[in-house]
Amino acid sequence: MLGLVFFAAMLLVKPIGMSTEFVVFDGVIWDMINPDIVVEGPDGPTSSNAYLNGVAKSVANPLNYGVVFVLATMLGAGVSAALRGAYGGGGVVPSLWAANFGASAAKRFAGAFLGGFIVLYGARLAGGCTSGHMMSGMSQTSVSGFIFAAGAFLVAIPTAMILFKQEG
Amino acid sequence: MQLFIALVVGAAFGAVLDRIGATNPSVLGRMLALRALGLMKAIILAIGVALLLTFAGQMTGIVDVGHMSVKTAYVGVFLGGMLLGFGWALSGYCPGTGLCALASGRRDALFFVAGGLLGAFAYIQSYDAVKSTGLLEPILGGKVTIGAVPGSKFEGLFPGLPGDIVGIVLGLVFIAVAFVLPEGRAGDRAVTVPAE
Repeated sequence: MLGLVFFAAMLLVKPIGMSTEFVVFDGVIWDMINPDIVVEGPDGPTSSNAYLNGVAKSVANPLNYGVVFVLATMLGAGVSAALRGAYGGGGVVPSLWAANFGASAAKRFAGAFLGGFIVLYGARLAGGCTSGHMMSGMSQTSVSGFIFAAGAFLVAIPTAMILFKQEG
Repeated sequence: MQLFIALVVGAAFGAVLDRIGATNPSVLGRMLALRALGLMKAIILAIGVALLLTFAGQMTGIVDVGHMSVKTAYVGVFLGGMLLGFGWALSGYCPGTGLCALASGRRDALFFVAGGLLGAFAYIQSYDAVKSTGLLEPILGGKVTIGAVPGSKFEGLFPGLPGDIVGIVLGLVFIAVAFVLPEGRAGDRAVTVPAE
C-alpha cells in the first residue's frame, strides 16, 4: 500500500501541516495590500500582528518547505486524478450532496464555503488539522493529536449522519 | 535538498489522497456517516504503520528521535477539533484534501479554499481575544506523548510507561482495527476507487 511509503518518508523528514499554509497565504495577500504588516526587523521578518508574527518568515519568503510541500501535494493529487480519468470529480455537485440537498450548485458552493471557514478557524484554534494533529500527531503518540481526533470525530460523525441520510 | 524532498513526498502524499478517495466529499461523507469505512480503514492502517515504523525505527536507531515534533495540548485543541469536525462533515473537505480537490478540478473546492482563507484570517484577527480566554494554556503537561519516549525532548503523560513500546503496541492495535473494521454494507460503495 502506498500509504506506507508516504508515512515512512514523512517521518524521516518533517511532520506535515496543511492548515498553517492558509495563514501564510493570508499573510502574503495581506502584506500585498498593506506592506506594513510584515516588515524586516533586526532578527528577520516580523509582524505587528501577534499571530502572523509566528509565520512572518514564511510570509516574507514563501518558497519554503511548507509551501513547496503543499504545492507538490496539489500537483500529485491533480496528476493522479487526471491519470485515472477523474479530473473534475464527475460534476460540480458531489453525488452524496446532490442526493440530500439537490443539484443546486449555488447551494453546494455555499456549503463548501461555510464549511471551509469553520474548518480553518477550528484548525487554527486547534493548532493543526487532520494532517498535522491526526496523522502526524497520532503517529508519534502525541497526546494533543488524540485530543484533536476525539473532538473532530465526536462532532463529525453525528453531523454526517444527520446531514447525509440519503444514499448518493 | 529539503525542498526536493518536500516536492517528492508532497506529490506522493497528494497522489495517495486522491487514490484512497480522501478528496471525494461523497466518499468522506459516507465514511463519517459510518456507511462505507474503506477510507477509514486506509487512514487507520496508515497511522498504525507509521507508528510501527517510527518507533521500531527509533529503537534500532534508523529514525532520529530528534525528528519528533509534538504539538502542545490545550483546551482549544479539543474545541478546534470539534469545529473542524463540523465543517469537515458539512463540506467533505479538510484543509489538505480541499486543496487537493481544487487541484483535481473540483469547483466546489474553490469555495472551500476561499472560505478557509477567510476562516484563517478571522482566526488571525481574533487571536488576541481567544488567547485572553485561557483556551490556549497548556494542559496535561503541554507537549507530551503518551509514554516517555527514550531520548526525546518530550515528556510522557504517563512517565512510567515506555513511550516507544506504547507506540509499537498502539501501532499494532491500529493495524488490527483497520483489518477488523467492516467495509460497510454491500451496495453502499457506489463510488469505487481504484485499488492501491
